[in-house]
Formats: sequence, C-alpha cells, structure tokens
Amino acid sequence: MKRAFPILAVLTALFLVYAFYQALWVAPTDALQGDVYRIIYYHVPSAWTAFLMFFINFIASVEYLANSKASTARAAKWIVIALGIIGAIAPFIPQVRQQLPAGMYPSSVATTALIIAALYFMIGKYFVGQDLDVLAVTTAEVGVVFCSIVLVTGPIWARPVWGIWWAPGDIRLTSTLVLWLIYVSYLVLRRFSDSAQTQKLAAVLAVFGALDVPLVYFSIWFFRTQHPQPVIGGGGSMDPRMLHVLLLSWMAFLCFAFLVCWSRYRLEKLRREVEEAEALESLLEPTELPSIKVPSSRGAK
Amino acid sequence: MKSFWSITLATLAKDIRLEWRSKDALNAMLFFSLLVVVIFVFSFDPLAEESRHIVGGLVWVAFLFAAVVALNQTWARELRNQVLDAYRVSPAPANALFLAKALGNFILVSLLEALMAPLFVIFYNLRVLGPAWQLIPVALLGTWALVVNGTFFAAMSLRTRSRELMLPLLLFPVSIPAVLGMVAGTTNILTGENPAHFYIVLLLTYDVVFTTACLALFETVLQAE
Amino acid sequence: MTNPLTAPRGAPIIAVSNLVKQFGRFAALRGVTAEFDSGKFHLILGDNGAGKTTLLRALAGLTAPTRGEISILGKNPHEASQEIGYMAHPSLLYDEMSGMENLRYFARLYDIAGYSRCEQVIRAVGLDPELSRPVGKYSQGMRQRMSLARAILHDPRILLLDEPFSNVDVHSAREMVGLLKGMCDAGKTIFVVTHQAALLEGVADEFVWMQAGQIVDRTNGLARGPLPSGDVRAVEP
Repeated sequence: MKRAFPILAVLTALFLVYAFYQALWVAPTDALQGDVYRIIYYHVPSAWTAFLMFFINFIASVEYLANSKASTARAAKWIVIALGIIGAIAPFIPQVRQQLPAGMYPSSVATTALIIAALYFMIGKYFVGQDLDVLAVTTAEVGVVFCSIVLVTGPIWARPVWGIWWAPGDIRLTSTLVLWLIYVSYLVLRRFSDSAQTQKLAAVLAVFGALDVPLVYFSIWFFRTQHPQPVIGGGGSMDPRMLHVLLLSWMAFLCFAFLVCWSRYRLEKLRREVEEAEALESLLEPTELPSIKVPSSRGAK
Repeated sequence: MKSFWSITLATLAKDIRLEWRSKDALNAMLFFSLLVVVIFVFSFDPLAEESRHIVGGLVWVAFLFAAVVALNQTWARELRNQVLDAYRVSPAPANALFLAKALGNFILVSLLEALMAPLFVIFYNLRVLGPAWQLIPVALLGTWALVVNGTFFAAMSLRTRSRELMLPLLLFPVSIPAVLGMVAGTTNILTGENPAHFYIVLLLTYDVVFTTACLALFETVLQAE
Repeated sequence: MTNPLTAPRGAPIIAVSNLVKQFGRFAALRGVTAEFDSGKFHLILGDNGAGKTTLLRALAGLTAPTRGEISILGKNPHEASQEIGYMAHPSLLYDEMSGMENLRYFARLYDIAGYSRCEQVIRAVGLDPELSRPVGKYSQGMRQRMSLARAILHDPRILLLDEPFSNVDVHSAREMVGLLKGMCDAGKTIFVVTHQAALLEGVADEFVWMQAGQIVDRTNGLARGPLPSGDVRAVEP
C-alpha cells in the first residue's frame, strides 16, 4: 500500500495538469461569458467533491451511531434497504413522476437511490467501529476544504459576469454556504469537546446537519420563487465539449481528494494507535504496593 | 407513559417555580431584550420607507439574541452540585427531562418575545397589511424551532470548553432554514405582498423533523461524560 | 420493588469482571474483577487516585466502562437504577429549594406516589421536614444528611456512598453511621468510600482495599477489632 501512494500521487498530479490544460486551452470559449467562465472547471468539480465528502461523512456518522448496538444496526440496515427499494421503484410511478422537478429523469433518481444504499453497505463492510469515526473526521475536513474553494470561486466568478459578488437567493451557493457552516461547526465541536463521547456527539451533529440540508434547499427555493434572483452558474444545457472537460476535471479532483483522504486517514489511524498504545501502557504499569496505612479522619478529600 | 408525562410536568413546574423565586435572571433577560430592541431602533431608521420590509428580519434577529441568552442558562442549575448525575442515576427517561427543559425555554423565550414585539410595533409604527392571525403560527413554530434545537445543543455544549460560545456556534447553522422561514413569513404577513403559507409549512416540517431527531438522540447526549 | 429482607443474604448481587476505565492516558480502573455479597457493608479504602470514586460511579451507571462488564442484580447499572441509591461529595440537590421540595421532585423521578415517604426519610436522617430553608443555606452536615435522604428515598437495595462524611461534624456523622448500620441490618447492601474509616469501626463487614486502579485486598471487618494497618499483599486482578 505504501509504495502505491507516491505512484498514485504522481499520476494524480499529471492528471490534474492535464485537466488544467484542457480547461484553459482546449475547452471552447463561452459565447456569453468569454474566458471568465473557465473557473467553472474548478468551481463545479470542487462542489461535487465536497458534496460527496459530506455525504460519505453522513453515512459514516449514521453507521457509527447505529452500529454501537446490534439492534439499532440491524434496524438501520433494513431501513436503508427499504429506502433503496422505494427510491428505485417510486420515480417510475406516474403520480410520483409528475412531481419530479424538470430535468430529473426517473432513472437517475432510481440509480441514485441504489447507489446510496450500496454505499451504505460498502462503507459498513470496509470500515468497522472506530474506523467509521476516522472516516467521518477525514471526509469532514477534506469536504470543508473543497467547500471553501466553492465559496471563494463562486463570488470570483459572479463578480465579472453578473456584477455582483453574492446573490442571497442563489440556491446552490447559499446551500453550500450553510453546508460549510454546519461542517465548520462540526470540526469546532470535535476540537472543543472534552467529553469521552466526542465522537458520538460529532456523529449526532452530522445527522442534524444532514437533516438540515434539504430544508435549506427548499426554503431558499421557495424564497426565490417569490423574489426572483440571478442564478450564479447559469442553468440550461452545456456544450458537450465543455461537459467533457468538466467531467475530466471532476475525475482529476476526485483522484486528488482520494489521495488527500487516504493520507489523512492513515495519519489519524496512526495517531489513534499511538494513543491506544500509551493508554495500554498506563494500564499495564507495574504496581508497586507501598504499605497501606489506614489514614485517620483527615477530613476533607 | 403516564409517569413520563408526570416527570416532564414535575420538572417543568420545578423549573418555573425556581425561575419565579429568583427573578434576577429573568429580570436581567427582560432588560437585555429591551436593550436589543433599542439598539436596533438606533441602527435601522424606523422612518425609512422600506422599514416594513426589513422589520421581519430585525424582529427575529432580536428574538434570536434573546433566545441564546435564555438557552445558555438552561442547564445552569443542574450543573451546580452535579444534580444532573442525580437525574442520570434515576430510572427517569432522558426525554422527559429534555421535553421539560425545552418547554420551559419555550415559555421563557415567548415571554421575552411578548415584551419585544410590542416595542417593535411602537418604534416602527407597524401596521400588518396581510392576515395578522398568521403571525401566531409563525411565532409559535419559529420559537419552538429555536428552542428545541437550542436546548439540545445546550446539553451538547455541557461537555465542551467555551460552553456559552459553543451553543450559538452549533445552533445558528442548523437553524438557518427556520430563520429564513420565520423572517420571510413575517415579512410576507407584514407587507401583505405574498402568501406565508409555504413558510408555515416549512416551519412545521422543520419542527417535526428536529423534534424527532432531538428526542431520538438526547439520551446519547445526556449520558456523555 | 423487591423486599430486601427476602433476598438471600450473602448471595452475590454485584459482579464486576475485568473492569477497565481510562480517561485518555490515565487508567482509573485497571482490570477490577470482584463479586460483592448482598446485605453486607463494604468499606472501600485507598489513597487518592486509587479508583474508588470511579468504581462507584461505574456501578451507578454514571461512567461507562472502557472495557469489562458490570452486573447488578443480573442487569446492567442503567436497568437496575431503581435499586441503586447514589451519593457523592456534591449534594446532588437544588440549592434554591428546601429539603422537602427537593425530595418531592426526586420522588417523581422514581415514580413514588404521595409525600409521606419523603417526610419519613427526612426524619430518618434526623432533619425536620417542615424546614423551609433552601438547601444552599444548610450546614455541610445537614446537606450531607439531606443528600443521603435523597439517596435512600426510593428504598434502593444497594447504596453507593462516595465520601458521605466529608466535612461533616462528628455528631451528624455518627447519626448517619447509625442509620446506615440499621439499613444494612435490614438487608441493604452498602458501599462507602471514605478517608474517615475510623467512623465505621465495628460497622463495616468488609474492607476493600484499592490501589492504582485495582482491588488489592479484601479483609474481614466483622472481627469488630481495630482496623488493620501495615503491608498488604497484591492480589491477582
């Protein structure tokens, strides 16, 4: 494993350079925005990577909480299976199909539901017990970094193109901001908590955050219907060549994110191993028993 | 089931009785709320044409400040003399304690709002152009949204450093959709320009989701050392 | 609620197996294995940091063990909470309420109907139920006695008392000891952690010696003689 890392690092670096080249030279210039739009090749892949990181954190947190007891672990698995099945079938039912927002295909909703369920079981299989918490911390930190990139590149893009730094009604940017806030508070909690159960508390907070995100999305969405706002990032379809570069960029970012996560994960596991070794040492300290005299009433402890 | 509610009510009654006995903290909070309103009045010109459009936001930000002050003292009495240990050692369900504290905070924060709201009406010469009765569900649901999560995060902060700072730090991000709902809903009702129905539904959904989450996870938080 | 009188005295009702409790790098309990018999008065002794408080808190369910098992009446501490009474150096009482008001509230937590039990218990510790002074204004002796009243309010089978006589005047302490002896004779199982072992001379059935997170010796106290001192051999944990 250790030898693979430098090789993968070099490959990823090359991939990133290639993606950079594609983004700046090969991709066609946008008809409306000119060359400024090219920041999209950093902005959007960062966003998708951040969301993936946070999503993995959510799954890891739920599993960490659920797997502490056998009964809840089983219940959680059945709920995930049920949600997967419902998510796979429901979009094809006519009444549900009508409710789907424009542009969302039933097959993509179904596939997403199945992928989510599969991810839950895969993570549960390869990460057990404490490893789930290490995964949670890793993805939270890496996610926050990528999320910060999104929040910085967003306004940088918006200013020259639309003349404003920020649009409060922009649903994606604002949801991303809230997500960033939630996960920064998650990291602060981990840092400031003195409790022996810090990991459980952090997992609880991650669950709260995950419940919050859809509500944020819908609250801003409705706000926007009453107060139309400029949409940073534009909607509509994309030139296939641009889409190609975008996906390429995203792959490069994912490789980079994977490497960073792997590195951080290993670091955290090592740190915990050291802690456990020290704890074990204090447990096995040789006892030297001095003569114990019963103290007379000394009063206060 | 019967003993669950009897424990909740007994705890709530005890808290109200204790709060009533030493009115110091309560009076200080009331005065603080008044000060917040006054600061806002000086900062945001009440005579401006657009004041009706921003008052919804001002009112709820003021309520938020007052709520944080109230929420920070939720567990203060239980921390002295480690009374919380006495609760944990007993067979009483953790959720009964949570509900009692949340309801107590709800009453306290509503009291503060009842003081501040008329002041805003007076200083900003508010007239409600939309259906005024809708302000009641917005106020009730919005206050519960702040209080239910606030009580929960106050308990979480018990085991952290900088406890009083951790509470708003944890509470604010998660409360954003609720705050949006409260502010937009109130603004819509005041200006009468748009319906507030969706925001009421949003607040209701938020309350249901997070009350459930808090009840499900409070035991974990309470038993954390 | 089981009648302590009908439980077979001398049968083990608390079993602790390989109990480990670590706070970060500090190991407060390092593999404690023991059984404790019903109806006996156990006095837990040892230097500061020996793990006495941690052991009591683990038995009460207030601190989750890092490793190991605790069985109280065949259940884990949380399930057995109706049968456990806990008292510590902080009073676990609301300073702003009177003793009776405090007990009335805690009676609700234990699903005890009526207030006669509260009065009975307050009188049993030698205090006046009518006293309206808030607990915060009590003397230390009164406060410890009221705290004991709270611990025995629900008539638990097992009492876990951590430094009950700390800063308490001699008279109050003697009264508390008398009360505890009476309760033990009636079938309750009592654990007391204290530095003032002399107070329990002739009362404790067993001395449990702790050192560096382990139980190092258990000696019989019923000889009702002076408390032993001197070298103590190590016992396998």
